[in-house]
Amino acid sequence: MTELDSFLVYALTAVTLFALGLHSLLSRRHLLRKIMGLNIMSAGAFLLFISVAHRNGKEFADPVPQAMVITGIVVSISATGFALALARRIRKKTGLTSLDYREKPSPENHNRP
Amino acid sequence: MMVLVVVIPFSGALVCFLVPKRVRRYAGLAAAAATSLMVILFALIPKGADTFHHALGGWKRPLGIHLQADGLSIIFLLLTAVTAFLVSVYAGPYFDSPQEEKTVDHHFWTLWLLLWGGLNGLYISSDIFNIYVLLELVSLAAVALTTLKGEAEALIAALRYLMAAMLGSLVFLLGVAFLYAEYGILDLGGLGGELRATLPTITAFGLMVFGMLIKTALFPLHFWLPAAHGNAPAPVSAILSALVIKSSYFVLLRLWFEIFPSITTYAAAQLLGAMGAFAILWGSFQAVRQERLKLLVAHSTVSQIGYLFLLFPLTVAQITGEHDPSWSMQAWTGGICQAVSHAAAKAALFLAVGNIVHALGTDRLISLRDLKGRLPLSVFTIGIAGVNLMGLPPSGGFVAKWMLLNAVISSGQWWWIPIIVLGSLLTAGYVFLMLGHVFAPSRKPVLLEPVPRTLEVSAFALALCAIFIGFTTSGIIDLLQMELHAMPVPEALAWSLP
Repeated sequence: MTELDSFLVYALTAVTLFALGLHSLLSRRHLLRKIMGLNIMSAGAFLLFISVAHRNGKEFADPVPQAMVITGIVVSISATGFALALARRIRKKTGLTSLDYREKPSPENHNRP
Repeated sequence: MMVLVVVIPFSGALVCFLVPKRVRRYAGLAAAAATSLMVILFALIPKGADTFHHALGGWKRPLGIHLQADGLSIIFLLLTAVTAFLVSVYAGPYFDSPQEEKTVDHHFWTLWLLLWGGLNGLYISSDIFNIYVLLELVSLAAVALTTLKGEAEALIAALRYLMAAMLGSLVFLLGVAFLYAEYGILDLGGLGGELRATLPTITAFGLMVFGMLIKTALFPLHFWLPAAHGNAPAPVSAILSALVIKSSYFVLLRLWFEIFPSITTYAAAQLLGAMGAFAILWGSFQAVRQERLKLLVAHSTVSQIGYLFLLFPLTVAQITGEHDPSWSMQAWTGGICQAVSHAAAKAALFLAVGNIVHALGTDRLISLRDLKGRLPLSVFTIGIAGVNLMGLPPSGGFVAKWMLLNAVISSGQWWWIPIIVLGSLLTAGYVFLMLGHVFAPSRKPVLLEPVPRTLEVSAFALALCAIFIGFTTSGIIDLLQMELHAMPVPEALAWSLP
């Protein structure tokens, strides 16, 4: 496989991951699924950065995208932690596991995906 | 010098986190004053390439992180400094009042200074990845601020806001990745010079603009805004509506006019303008229908954001697709004046409404009747801020709409005229809806909670600032003509090009 081909494989995977995450964020009602969707989206974006870093075919990879991905991971971790804390607080206060007001809080809701 | 604009609020945030609870308020206010002072000093120093450009740690492009400022940055820095300082003055007594003390936990100052530092950093950063990081910082701090009250409604609104904001920044990040893959540079000016109309570039353009539209809450992407802004404590609502929205708008301006000017088209600009037009009508229509004061003001934000987006179609000529036609400077001035005067007026409005809610203990529109001529200063503030939003002379809002209308007429894009006029009428509708209730006979005698003087005066001062902006337009025009200093276009590192 040539350089360009392998870059294309990585790039397409990255975009697919991003789209999958977006789908999960928009179509799932459960908060955990939405937060996971956001995480998968950021994984897609990071994969695209990393695949850009090594498409020149030299011995060493471009350090700039890697630095960006590390920064991005830190941002993503703090955002995820914050979102999870919020979701937990919401469930504790209202029993809801989604942002849908119409849903009746019920004990089974807690385990439903 | 420029670094201090960012360093002071961040260190202030750390100090506020560490000092004991009872001095926090004073430490926070001191940090806020220091930051505002620093920004004003920075705006006053003579303009030159060395003062307005800084490489952090002495690292050269493209590896290092660079800061640079132009007229637009200075306008937004000053706007933030003035609004933020008055909101900080307001926040001290507000969070100390016994009513709020029980419910609000005392991390307001830490989060607020973090947010402010993020905003300042955003306005002077010169590469798109740095912009992404600061946008995330601003969003996270903003969401955390909306949760301060801890009520279930506020939490749900905050989580929805967080999801929308994260979606916006991730889409933006994907756009950054596309641009880096294509050009191997992140620098604003460098990208603008290199840009070619290739498929990845156009995709990146679409993604980044879309991400910023979600964060700016342009119709129909405004779904998260009213609940988040309407359920936060008063100073936080003011900060969110006045400043946080403007930060993503600022990034949009940077994208549109610094990076992508060579591929923006007439059609794309018209699309943004049309979304803005729908926002103006829909937002004011919803505002007129609200029964809760804070939600009314939040919907008014949705509609005022619409005016900001009329700037885009008015800077591209119709037939030739020529950029920078003769009237574009008027459109620019109008758009920026709108951003500045909306910030001051909306902050004043939220703070004044906060006073009334504080006094009455409820934010139902109908209970305004029970005020019965009391709290005259807060009601007057609502009136002045309303004059600004409607765009009556001599306010900043008037200058903004006048300039926009002028640009509309000289560009021949007549279809924006009914929108601007109808929007102003509807704005008058909801402002008079508030004021009308104040003058109606009261239903029952109500015991008002006393409102500290500082709260009323700081809200009033903000409203006066909004009027004053009408007289400083020439300053704004001068600043706008100061462009980003031409930097040597950074060469991409040898290994980053394919």
